This record gives sequence, C-alpha cells and structure tokens, in this order.
Amino acid sequence: MRDLITEHRLNIVLALILLGGPLVAHFAEEPFLVTLATRATILALAGVGLNIALGLGGLVSFGHAAFFGLGGYAVGIIASHHQNYEPLMTAPFVINGTNQMLVLWLVAVIVSGLAALVIGALSLRTSGVYFIMITLAFAQMIYYFAISWPAYGGEDGLSIYVRNSFPGINTLKPLDFFLLCYAVLMVVLLAQWRMTGARFGMALQAVRQNEGRVAALGLSPYRIRLAAFVISGMVTGLAGALYADLNRFVSPSMISWHLSGEIMVFIILGGVARLFGPVVGACLFVLFEHLFGSFTTHWQFFLGAALLAVVLFARGGFIGLVAGRARHD
Amino acid sequence: MIEPVLSLSGLTKSFGALKVTDSVDLDLVPGEIHALIGPNGAGKSSLIKLVAGELAADAGSIRFDGRDIAGLDQPARARLGLTRTFQVSSLIPEFSARGNVMFAAQARRRSVFGFIRQVNRDKELISEAEQALDRVGLSDRSGVRVSELSHGEKRLLEIAMALAMRPRIFLMDEPMAGLGQEGSSRLIGFLDQLRTEAPILLIEHDMDAVFQLANRISVLVAGRIIARGKADEIRTHPEVRAAYLGEDQA
Ligand SMILES: Nc1ncnc2c1ncn2[C@@H]1O[C@H](COP(=O)(O)OP(=O)(O)O)[C@@H](O)[C@H]1O
Ligand SMILES: [Mg+2]
Repeated sequence: MRDLITEHRLNIVLALILLGGPLVAHFAEEPFLVTLATRATILALAGVGLNIALGLGGLVSFGHAAFFGLGGYAVGIIASHHQNYEPLMTAPFVINGTNQMLVLWLVAVIVSGLAALVIGALSLRTSGVYFIMITLAFAQMIYYFAISWPAYGGEDGLSIYVRNSFPGINTLKPLDFFLLCYAVLMVVLLAQWRMTGARFGMALQAVRQNEGRVAALGLSPYRIRLAAFVISGMVTGLAGALYADLNRFVSPSMISWHLSGEIMVFIILGGVARLFGPVVGACLFVLFEHLFGSFTTHWQFFLGAALLAVVLFARGGFIGLVAGRARHD
Repeated sequence: MIEPVLSLSGLTKSFGALKVTDSVDLDLVPGEIHALIGPNGAGKSSLIKLVAGELAADAGSIRFDGRDIAGLDQPARARLGLTRTFQVSSLIPEFSARGNVMFAAQARRRSVFGFIRQVNRDKELISEAEQALDRVGLSDRSGVRVSELSHGEKRLLEIAMALAMRPRIFLMDEPMAGLGQEGSSRLIGFLDQLRTEAPILLIEHDMDAVFQLANRISVLVAGRIIARGKADEIRTHPEVRAAYLGEDQA
C-alpha cells in the first residue's frame, strides 16, 4: 500500500493546524479554545519527553508524572516566594524568588533532570515489568511526599496568583501564552528530530533493538539509556513548568499515576517513536475530553474505545495509519 | 617465541552441574588462525562468550596483551579490541546494512553523545562503512534494511561490522554457517588474508574450511581441550577421531 503522505509532510501539516486553530479561535473571540489548545500543546510536550525514553529507547516509564510534577512545583514554589516577598533561603547567602519564566524553566529542567538521573540510575538496573513498576513506585513516593508537605499547600496545592513573565510578551493574554508554548514545543521537536538522526539517536535506537550487539561493539547500554531517561525527564519537566503557569496552580494531581498513564496514552494514540505522535495524541485527548466530557462524565469510555482501536488495528497510531511505517537509514 | 595476544589459562565455567568450560588453556598469537572445533554442545560458543565478557568465568585467567582482563565487562573488552561475530546473526534490524556498519564505526570511536550532526551526512562513517561492505561483497545491498537481507547476507554483514571495529583479535563463531558452497569458499579466501590484520579465534563446523585455514586446531569435547596441533596431527589423532571426526564419518 502506498502511503497517503510522507511523515515529514504530515508533520508540517500538523504543526500548521496546531498553529492555525488557536489563531482562528482568537480572531473569532473564543479565548477558551485558545486556552484549550495551549493545554493540548503543553501535554504534547510532556508526551514528547516520554516518547524519547519510551519510543526511541523502549523504556516504558510509568512514572513520568513525577518529572511533570517536579517541573510544576519548581515553578510554583519559586513563584510563591516571589509573590510573598520571602527569600527561598537566607543562609549562607540570600536567594530570592522570581517571576521570570526563563529562570523558572531552567530550574524546572535542572530539578526534573536530577530526579531523572537518580530514578533512572536505580530503575535502569531492571527491565520489562520491573522497570514499569519501579518507575511507578518512585512517582508515587514523590506524590505522597507532595501531599504531606504542608509548607507548599500539601493536598490543596499551591496557587500562582499572577502568571509569570517572559521578556517582550504579555503572558496574561491567552494567544501570547499559547504562542510561547507552541514555540517551545516546536524548538524541542526540532531538537529531537536532530538528535534522532545524530549519533546519540543511533545509539539509543540500536540499544532498543539489540542491546547485546551494542555491548559487543563496546558501548554501554546502561549509560545510553540513562542519558535518554534524563533528557526525557527534563523535557517532561519543562512541560510541567508551562502547565503550572497555564493553570496558575500546582497540586499533587500533577504527579498522580493517572497523569503518567495519560502521557503514555498520548504516545500510543499518536504513534510510538513517531516525532509528532505525542502531539497528535495529546490533541485527540484534549479534543475527546472537551467534546464528550461536556455531555457525559464517562468520556474516558470513548477514549478507551479509541485506544483499543489503535492497539488492535493501527499499531503505529495515527501517524502510522496516515504516513505508514517509519523509515530509517 | 612469539608473545600471544590472548592467553587463557585454567578457564572454568559451570552452569549448575554442567561444566561447560573445564580448565581450558588456549592462546592466540599474531598472524594466526586458531581453530576451535568440537561436537555440538561441547562449549565452543560458551568459551567465546567467556573471552568476550558476555559470561563471567568461575575460575582461571584471561590475559590480553599481557594484562588480566577478567574483571572487565563486555563493552570494556570490546574497546580493547576483542571483536566477536555471533553464531546467530546479531544485528540492528531496523537499520540498513550500511547503518549497521556505520554504527560499528561510530562505536569504535566511542562516540555516543553527538546530538547535532546527522549521521547520514557523516562522510567519514559512510565511507568506512562502504569500504567494509565492499570487502565482504555487500556493496550493492548497502541501503537495504537488515530485516530484508537474506540469511547469508546477514552473516557477511556480521563480518563487515567486525571489520569496521578494526579489532586486535577476531572471535568468530561459525561464520560460514548458512553461507552455501560458493559463499563459504569466498569467505575462506577472505579470512586467509584477514589473519595478517588481526589473529582469528575461529569456531567452525566446516572441516574443509578448518583444515585449509587453521595454523593450529584445538579440539574441545565436553568443555575440555582433548587435543591440539596442526591440521595433519588433528586429522590423524586417535582420540579426536573417536570423539569427533568419527561422528562425521559414521
Ligand atoms: N546460559 C546457559 N545456561 C545453561 N546452559 C547453557 C547456557 N548456555 C549454554 N548452555 C549449555 O552449555 C552447553 C554448551 O553450549 P555451547 O557453548 O553453545 O556449545 P557449542 O557452541 O559448542 O555447540 C550446551 O549443553 C548448552 O545447552
Ligand atoms: Mg555454538
């Protein structure tokens, strides 16, 4: 069967749709739809992060909400100190909070990257079902820690009263904030695309397909996987940072296993290991939630049906259905 | 006397009650092909796995360039220049033939953390891969995905990957298996040349190939070396005939 369209062209079309939809919504004065698209964009970014580990590296992490939540809490905590004029720490030197997104993102990425380094270093000694379970266990640990930490809201979460700032744009306007999130997503996708075709991408894909061969060639599969896991956690952490500003609120639900599962669902719906797989998946997810969620509380039933259809009839997800099998050199 | 590159002494390994390697002494000197023969299940592949580091020995020493490498893991030994080919082809199935060899060339450079430069524009890797593929006669199949290669082509690709590693020694586990008459005789000619680049520890079932190629032959039966010598000595060795060649002729 000939493919309808090459994956590369399909990706460009998808990127344009994701950009065009909210622009139209903006001029039609439907700010809610712009916000909905922003939500989809940020969730897509979380999925892009997981796709690096799961899709390219074959690492089925069921705990990526941990990185999403840590990114979110990094922003929430620092911003709350800024709002309350309380330094983050006073000894041995003073560090104040900030409302600058660029700084907040950097901290979010570092925090989630370090967490991924520790969690990955331990989890990657196992594989298969054990890996799934141990990543889940780590995420649950962080979840319960967040719930029982009263200083930052505990179970009630933590509010960010005013959305943080980005130089040159007004983040309070829905369209401006959408465009910012969209730009971040596109930059990360571009970087992932380069990475996939570069030496690291080759090594990672080789490890997924034949670990023993990689070891026989003198490279350590463990180190390659760990690096991928850290990069993956950092990207999902960055998504968490944006999500905190979208909702102006962070809570333990960002770290719940439901969210880990949802991020995985994006990838399966859109196409595992496909560059735009999580983008399509997250958009479909948000669309389902919006369309069916308004007249039935059981919208997840429809999501489940769609998921089942993908698993049974379209192993490559949406992208696989439209653009055919992935190509490699 | 020439210093051996690789020398095993008293190497022992058991799987439960099964002694798969039983105090094996063996060495490999520059320029030679040392063949290891023996009936199925004798422990030949296991011996290669012990040397390559896929299995850990229970006792004995493995010296490479005079240095004990028993404590090194498989990637570390590969980096020293011990390169193996697998009895059952072990390739990256979604990569092309060229992609596999390019990856071997990349691995030889120990290069993992490249994020920007695209390998499909990497002239060094590409030309090295094309050269290696050319040497084994796979040039015209270079762009084909591994999953679409024939069995014999996969065997040759194994060798091309080993060449791209530019090893100090080759550990080859039945490279002729499944090549057919013509393929085998071409590979025999190739290995004959290759020994000058790096010595080869060769496991092979094809006796014609072994008797043509080997400078020395060691015979492994039930984990023990029962005889060692030049082709003529092995052909006529009574124990070998009884334990091994006898099977063939019966
Ligand atoms: N990982 C293992 N665990 C248990 N037994 C094994 C293992 N690998 C090999 N064996 C056994 O060791 C013996 C030697 O196997 P092998 O080294 O593959 O022999 P050869 O290559 O000479 O045919 C066989 O009886 C095989 O079943
Ligand atoms: Mg064998």
